[in-house]
Amino acid sequence: MPEVIQMEEQAEYQGVATIKSLSPAKRLQRSYRHIRVEGAFKVMLVGMGIFMVVLVFGILLTLIIGSSQSIKTFGLSFLWGKNWDAVNDVYGARPFLVGTLLTSFLALFISIPFSIAVAIFLGEYFPKGWVSEMLKNTIELIAAVPSVIYGLWGFLVLVPLVRAIEIKLGIQPQQGWGIFTASLILAVMIIPYAASLGRSVIQMVPSALKEAAYALGATRWEVIRSVIIPYTKSGLFAGILLSLGRALGETMAVTMLIGNSNDLPKNIFSTGNTMASAIALFFGEANDLRRSSLIELGLVLFLITLVINMLGKRVIKRFTN
Amino acid sequence: MNSSTNIKYRIGKSSGMQILTTILAFSIVIPLILILLFILKSGIQHINWQFLTNVYKPAGEPNPGIAHALLGTLLIVVLASVVSIPIGIMCGVYLSENKKSKLAYWSSLCVDVLQGVPSIVVGIVIFAWMHQRFGYFALSGSFALGIMMLPIIIRSTEETLKLLPDSLKEAGFALGMPFHRVILKVIIPCGFSGILSGIMLSIARVSGETAPLLFTAGVSHYLSSNVFKGPMQSLPLLIYDYYSLPSSETDPNSFINQAWGASVILLVFVLLLNISTKLITRKWKVQL
Repeated sequence: MPEVIQMEEQAEYQGVATIKSLSPAKRLQRSYRHIRVEGAFKVMLVGMGIFMVVLVFGILLTLIIGSSQSIKTFGLSFLWGKNWDAVNDVYGARPFLVGTLLTSFLALFISIPFSIAVAIFLGEYFPKGWVSEMLKNTIELIAAVPSVIYGLWGFLVLVPLVRAIEIKLGIQPQQGWGIFTASLILAVMIIPYAASLGRSVIQMVPSALKEAAYALGATRWEVIRSVIIPYTKSGLFAGILLSLGRALGETMAVTMLIGNSNDLPKNIFSTGNTMASAIALFFGEANDLRRSSLIELGLVLFLITLVINMLGKRVIKRFTN
Repeated sequence: MNSSTNIKYRIGKSSGMQILTTILAFSIVIPLILILLFILKSGIQHINWQFLTNVYKPAGEPNPGIAHALLGTLLIVVLASVVSIPIGIMCGVYLSENKKSKLAYWSSLCVDVLQGVPSIVVGIVIFAWMHQRFGYFALSGSFALGIMMLPIIIRSTEETLKLLPDSLKEAGFALGMPFHRVILKVIIPCGFSGILSGIMLSIARVSGETAPLLFTAGVSHYLSSNVFKGPMQSLPLLIYDYYSLPSSETDPNSFINQAWGASVILLVFVLLLNISTKLITRKWKVQL
């Protein structure tokens, strides 16, 4: 038994023993090497920090350079130009801008009641226990399903369903795909983002506030309505902003369901294109001015999502402080 | 009398709202279950050994397969991980070690920006960087996916390392360990479960991404293992490609049914990766 311990000790101290057995000169050399490697390591870490900044500015710069031709040709009129006309080489982003905003806000509108309900359910009614644990994990899985699979499912299941509804209600056009269908799928896809942030802000409400309201005779719903929701207002708003950021940039599912037309959408059932779906569809075979215009669409998309995400992050930061 | 009916009304409203909230909360599970069931039902019958080992065949020919897409996804995702995991971990270490410096503030801001960049924009940026000179090649797809993995890995590394007590690091320094060894041998192993969960989640996230690969790795119908030249098929792109090709529902070898089979494989892979991440982190968190 003592032998075993001794052996283990020897093994443990072997590192020290080898250093001690070295001559003083060698030991000094080794220390210098450590210092050099340490310096190189620190420089490398700083390099990584610089790399991230360079990467993001590189992306921005690439988009600006790529779209310079289109910016020079169309100027600001690109943004509200009415037609996307490949034949005459005149490009205006308005149909896609309207399509993007319509799809995203409709999806947001559909998803808000559900995501707030999930946030309240998981944050207030059942914060613990296996039921809420399971619901939480299932909702995270919703975010994990690849977007192309949502698109495929929507194309073969949701489109015939929407078409049947449109025929029953007598809405034109009766194709089944369009902005409404894309928004439905998009709503499902963005629920997890608002729900998980909403849950964590609702759990941060101090229990003293809730208890005070209960002590004044408030029912549970009254506590939620007049204490929890006002207190977490900004956090819930931030969650909705992050969802919106997701919805704006979502590409594949929308491309497969929106119907892909370059006309200005007339109502929520008509076909259209979002900025992302236009890029996905046309970029492959576009050249010169057309490609440059598509890159400018990408630049606009980048800037819009940037502003929305930064605003969301700002609001969260202010809430948690 | 008036006040007692009022109280009953308020209590009734409270429980009514609770029921409504519960119903709304659970109703969003329905689409997920519908999607899972439908895809499993229509896809699983098309999966057999030949489906996994054969490659693309024109419509009408027997026994087509998706081996080229499986290999492509595997290669592209592995290369993306090789590129982004070291950078991501190092950058996460940098952000958790330097909380106050100006560069760290900007770097952190850029990670936030990168997290919100739409995937299609990453696709066209990588296209602009590489396509003009080299055409379609798989490695450019890996770069695009790697850029999308970075923010997830960086954030999870940073958050995990921030939770570790300073005494761990101080103990290492007191023993005379140099900085890089403290980081590599003490700090990173201690936060390994958090870092690993970030890596796995980011892999699960990008293996289903289609948009960044559209203009980088491209669509191909041939088996290829050369990542430097020529397009390479991947699973999500195969699904997107096949859904638009004309095909009949009844023919078991039609493109749409192959897309269903590929969807099952992609979905099972992504969901398994997500679930096993949860299990691993839960198991290892106890030891930390």
